[in-house]
Amino acid sequence: MNENRPEKSPLQVLLVDDEQGYLHVLEKRMERRGIKVTTAATGTDAVGILRGTDFDAAVVDLKMEDMDGIEVLNIFKKMVPEMPVIILTGHGSEKAARQGMAQGAFDYLTKPCDLEDLLEKIFQACQSQGKDCAQRAVSAPGKDES
Amino acid sequence: MEKERHYSGIKRRLMFLIVLISLAPLALIAIVNGYQFKHAYESKVLEHLEQVVKKHKQNIDTFLNENLADLRVIANTYPYEQFKDEAFLSELLRNLQAEHGGMVVDMGLVDDQGVQAAYSGPFKLGKAVYADATWFKEAMGSQNYISDVFMGLRGLPHFIVATKISADGREWLLRCTIDFMGFNRLVENIRIGETGLAFIINRQGAFQTKPGIQLDAHVESLRDLVWGKHAAAPELTHSHMNNWLGPQYKDFATAMPVRAIVADDPQKPGATSIYVMTQLKQGQWALIYRQDTHDAFSAWYKTRNVAVIIFLFGSLSIFFMAFLVSAKTVKRLEMADREKEMMNEKVIEAGKLASLGELAAGIAHEINNPVAIMVEESGWIGDLLEEDEFGDTENVAEISRSVAQIKTQGDRCKEITHKLLSFARRTDPRQQEVNMNELIGEVVDLSSQRAKYANVKVHQVLDDNLNLIQASPSELQQVLLNLINNAIDAIDHKQGGEVTISTENGEGVVNIHVADTGQGIPDAVLKRVFDPFFTTKPVGKGTGLGLSICYGIIEKMGGKISVNSSVGVGATFHISLPASQGEKNGGNAEPVS
Repeated sequence: MNENRPEKSPLQVLLVDDEQGYLHVLEKRMERRGIKVTTAATGTDAVGILRGTDFDAAVVDLKMEDMDGIEVLNIFKKMVPEMPVIILTGHGSEKAARQGMAQGAFDYLTKPCDLEDLLEKIFQACQSQGKDCAQRAVSAPGKDES
Repeated sequence: MEKERHYSGIKRRLMFLIVLISLAPLALIAIVNGYQFKHAYESKVLEHLEQVVKKHKQNIDTFLNENLADLRVIANTYPYEQFKDEAFLSELLRNLQAEHGGMVVDMGLVDDQGVQAAYSGPFKLGKAVYADATWFKEAMGSQNYISDVFMGLRGLPHFIVATKISADGREWLLRCTIDFMGFNRLVENIRIGETGLAFIINRQGAFQTKPGIQLDAHVESLRDLVWGKHAAAPELTHSHMNNWLGPQYKDFATAMPVRAIVADDPQKPGATSIYVMTQLKQGQWALIYRQDTHDAFSAWYKTRNVAVIIFLFGSLSIFFMAFLVSAKTVKRLEMADREKEMMNEKVIEAGKLASLGELAAGIAHEINNPVAIMVEESGWIGDLLEEDEFGDTENVAEISRSVAQIKTQGDRCKEITHKLLSFARRTDPRQQEVNMNELIGEVVDLSSQRAKYANVKVHQVLDDNLNLIQASPSELQQVLLNLINNAIDAIDHKQGGEVTISTENGEGVVNIHVADTGQGIPDAVLKRVFDPFFTTKPVGKGTGLGLSICYGIIEKMGGKISVNSSVGVGATFHISLPASQGEKNGGNAEPVS
């Protein structure tokens, strides 16, 4: 789990949301920006994936069919306490989002959100762990056009 | 119509009940007490009359007996020869006249042949012969005698008191004559009321005194009443004797007490008279007192009339009151019913609004996800367009513009759902530091579409250095939204108008004013604008809850809300909320627009 990844390896992000369409398009857009994205449509899947892989950050939707976003957050925090978790929430659910913050989430964003905002948060989360995430993303292949 | 009938039915029943309940005891008391009082009063009156008649009977009997007794004493005291001396007789007559007030007219001594032996008096009767006179025959048949009234030789009504003297084997009669007019006065003394009068009749029904009114037609019946039925007397019909107030007259005739009866008046049809009668002179005469019933019971009739008038007035006022009370009660009932109905409608309306809010929130949540995907997909297209293979053609530029437009519209959708959610969100009562200016900006945005359609310009005149306040933002938002919507509604949409929202710092408070240039609020309405369920909007358009909820929220925050208005000029709502102790708002207020 704690293998020391090379400095130039791409940023690894776990996306958890029950909206497949949303996962799909986000994955494609983020991959294009040099971020390695793993998606999970349910909380259970996400926990399974987290067991095998190490991530720089996780983005979790609050509303899912099988598990509450807060529950997923709690499990993540137990499994990998140092991994920052960003919560996605609908407008008006700030109360739940704030609850998540209290339980160790790094920050929250209201849906629909700009990809740029999300990336910004992810970078901030990485940096909070002492990693130069933005540098890794920008230098990743596929993003060299911009 | 159905309702009107229902209420008028209630009114009728209520009125009937009130009248019945009020009048029944009154009528019962009036009838029962009236009846008892009438009987008590009548028997008192009759008792009194009986007493009066009894007293007079005693007087008359005493007078007659005294006369007779005097005569007896004289006859027994002196030898009969002395009575032949007319000078002595004159002396005796003077003494008797002195004793009996001149009612004794003359004196005479008559022998057993009916020849008057001596005479003293005003008439020249000298040696008159009474041999054939009825009184003489009857007087000779008993020791003492009092005759009926007759005309006699002198041609004047009088009666005779005589006593028999037996001497020298012969019988003499010492007699004196009683003046009818004088005796009449004795009886006439009984005069009570306007029609009360007394008279004496004998067994033949002949008047022994002048009755003063014509009673000849009735005298036969009276005679029967006093002495019982004669063979010669006409049958006493039932109509003549409609009311017995004593035992059967059979007893009365023999026992000779004083008795009172009420009988039909022979002269006035329908009227009745009271007859009080008693026997005199050992049952040979009867003293009869007669009075019109109406006259005798005049006090009762007066009392009854007053009571009837009071009863009538009482009934009238009861009817009037019953009418008023029932009308008023039913009116109240009607109002209460109507209010209840309106309340029900409003509660339903409020419920509808609440579920509408929940629905809106649900929809907003659901729409967020597809919108998010749409925005991201358009972003993905934008990403792809950056690839070299598409080059710089006109179509690529057009697609880029279109993608940008999708993103813009997606953002708009997002904004709309955000607004919907903030509106539908139930009050979050948690207090926090609120910048009123920012909140006003949000609310104005929220209602900007509405203002645009209503042709209303919304101005914000905000104090840049406004103090922060400690309040629940969602509740404050609700209050402001309500006031702004009301202000927009107050403005005629054809003419248009302005709504101005201003803020300023007060002493330890923050003041917010929402002014409109609408139609204004009439004074009568002004007093009630904060009452729950009070609305001037048509049914179904307003719940009448808005301002009362605002009032409740502001009061809860320790603030004040008030309104002033003049009709035709507009209305201004003033809110003042306590400022929090925190630092001042950092000048990030909305610019004046």
